[in-house]
Amino acid sequence: MAETMQFDLVSPERKLASGTVKAVQIPGATGDLTAMPDHAPTITTLRPGILVTEGPEGEKRYVVTGGFADITPEATSVLAERAYGADAEGRAALEAILTETRAKAEGLSGPDKDALDLVADNLARTIATIS
Amino acid sequence: MPNLKDLKNRINSVKSTRKITKAMQMVAAAKLRRAQDAAEAARPYAEKMAEVLNGLAATVKGSPTAPKMLTGTGSEETHLLVVMTAERGLCGGFNSSIVKVARYRAEKLMKDGKTVKILTVGKKGREQLRRDLGAHLVGHVDLGDVKRVSYENAADIAKQIFEMFEAEEFDVATIFYNRFESVISQIPTPRQIIPAEVPEEAPAETLYDYEPSEEAILADLLPRAVTTQIFTALLENAASEQGARMSAMDNATRNAGDMIDRLTIEYNRSRQAAITKELIEIISGAEAL
Repeated sequence: MAETMQFDLVSPERKLASGTVKAVQIPGATGDLTAMPDHAPTITTLRPGILVTEGPEGEKRYVVTGGFADITPEATSVLAERAYGADAEGRAALEAILTETRAKAEGLSGPDKDALDLVADNLARTIATIS
Repeated sequence: MPNLKDLKNRINSVKSTRKITKAMQMVAAAKLRRAQDAAEAARPYAEKMAEVLNGLAATVKGSPTAPKMLTGTGSEETHLLVVMTAERGLCGGFNSSIVKVARYRAEKLMKDGKTVKILTVGKKGREQLRRDLGAHLVGHVDLGDVKRVSYENAADIAKQIFEMFEAEEFDVATIFYNRFESVISQIPTPRQIIPAEVPEEAPAETLYDYEPSEEAILADLLPRAVTTQIFTALLENAASEQGARMSAMDNATRNAGDMIDRLTIEYNRSRQAAITKELIEIISGAEAL
């Protein structure tokens, strides 16, 4: 079984990262998932969150705002709408989305509001992990 | 015969024109490199997007609940032509060639009894189309303040198109832009974006798991794919514009050089003629004594 796989992180404007990794943690729309070599071919959409790669040089964290991931046994490509390093810039991007989600939740009621509140709370927790 | 002073002025004026065109050429060359880099950097995303979309579209296309953006509205009555041109002139036939292709398409569609709506991106295309197809213009996107096209610009254009599509204002959307071949060759290209053009045959690839469902992903993916196509077109256009301007300004600089040579010869001849005339006058004056 292969130890590593190819990983690419691209945004519409540029390629952000490319290399071999052991595993990638992806913030999927329906929940986090970790892609490792020989993963079943999967396409999933992303929610705003943090993507973690485990490469030979250790862990790397990126902030993605949405998009989708294409996972095959040999490679994982993440097509992010916008992507940043897990730093102040990435944090600001996520905070902007959080504010937007909260504002949207204000205008709703019932289960829709609860769902959005949950999304916002999760996002807030994610943001808190960015130092 | 123009007098010496006039000729001298003329030469100086052509010389400063040459300086300007030369500078413009150099600026265009620098901008071209930047635009080409940007187009290059955006390619992996666009290619991957097309690949995933094709795979997905092939599996969903037959389904009755497939999104309209993929299968079309079922009619082809109203066409939206998105004409993407530059904000500035002085770039050779860049703007005219796009407008020509778009105008030809519009006339053909109208002859077939279809309704044509035109959305212009960039000031120059609007100016040219306003004359004869003014009644068909439905919108305009101004990129005058944009120094460097970004994905957000494409998203704005796409949003406008999606809103019109939601409101059922058109059935088919086509974008017109110049594909960058090289500095001397830019090819005006029409490309249908809605309904999405996908190959008939499903690519022989591994079967994917889709999470969430295929259709949910497709609903999310299609607008992105269309936006990406618009973004690619904007980038190609930007590179083409600079390429076209570069060769146009190169020509202009060369023409100015030729003109300066011609005028200098004429100037020297007139100067010589004036001297000869004065000499003859002096000599014949002396002889008459």
